[in-house]
Amino acid sequence: MKYAIIVFPGSNCDYDMYHAITGVMGEQAEFVWHREGNLNPFDVVVLPGGFSYGDYLRAGAIARFSNIMGEVVRFAKKGKPVLGICNGFQILTESGLLPGALLRNENLRFVCRHVYIRTENAETRFTSVLEKGQVLNIPVAHGEGNYFISREGYQELEEHQQIVFRYSNSRGEIIREANPNGSIGNIAGVINREGNVLGMMPHPERAMENLLGSEDGRAIFQSLAI
Amino acid sequence: MKVIVKVRLKSGILDPQGKAVNNALHHLGFEQVRDVRIGKYIEMEVEETDTAKVRELVEAACNKLLANPVIEDYEYEIIGESA
Repeated sequence: MKYAIIVFPGSNCDYDMYHAITGVMGEQAEFVWHREGNLNPFDVVVLPGGFSYGDYLRAGAIARFSNIMGEVVRFAKKGKPVLGICNGFQILTESGLLPGALLRNENLRFVCRHVYIRTENAETRFTSVLEKGQVLNIPVAHGEGNYFISREGYQELEEHQQIVFRYSNSRGEIIREANPNGSIGNIAGVINREGNVLGMMPHPERAMENLLGSEDGRAIFQSLAI
Repeated sequence: MKVIVKVRLKSGILDPQGKAVNNALHHLGFEQVRDVRIGKYIEMEVEETDTAKVRELVEAACNKLLANPVIEDYEYEIIGESA
C-alpha cells in the first residue's frame, strides 16, 4: 500500500499521519505538496488534519480549490480510497465529495480529548476489520466539527449506510453527553455512496500506540491493507 | 464597481457564535436583545462596468466560494461605479 499524504499550507497532522502509516503500519507513504499533481503512483490518498489556509472564510473552503484537489477528485472518481481526517473531512465536504457541512462546535469550544466512537458500518474498505457496534477510543481536536446535513440528506445517509461512526460512550450508547460538538445524530464520520471516500473528525493517526493512550486507530489502516 | 456581499447561516441553523454574543450582551445589561446571529460582510471591487456582468460574476463567486449553499445564504448589493 502506498499512501499519498496531501500537504496544504497550514496542514499540521501530516507528520503524525506519516509516522502512523510508515512507522507503525510499515506501509509506504509520501507527502504530496498541494501544487504538485500526480496521484497515479498511489493506492490511497489521505487529507490530513490542520488548518489549511488558516481556515479563512470557512474551514476547507480554500484548500478545496488548490491544484491537487482536481487530482484528488479524479482519483476518487476512479473508485480509489480517499480518507479525510478532521480538516481533511472539512475539505471533502466543501469539495462536494461528501455530503453535509461542518459547523462551529455547539459549545464554541475547541475540543481536544479522547472520545469514543461506535462503528455503524463495518462493511466499508476503511472498517472491514471491525465489527458493527465496536467502540473505538480515538482523540478529537477541532473547533468546527459539528456535522450538519438537511433532514432529507440525513435520511439518505441512513438509507445507504453512509454513517460510519457515531460518538458514543464507552459502552457504545449514542447519547447526547457523548457528543463533543453538537453533530446531528452524533455523527463522527461519513462515507460517500460509492464507499471509497471517508471523512471523519476523530484522528486515528493519533491513536496508533498504547503509549499514547490507544491503538484503536490502527483498524482503519489495517482495513485499507486488506 | 464596488460590491458588498453578506453571507449568513441559513435560518434554522444554530449559530453558537451569535448565541454566545447574545448571552454576553445580556450580562452587560442589554436585556432587550434577542436572536443575535453573526454573518460575514465582504467588500470587493470588480473591474467591470456592465451591471449585468457584475451580477453574473458575483453570483458565480458566491456560489463557488464565498458561501457554502449547504449551510449559508447570501445577498449582495452593487454600490456604483468606482471612483
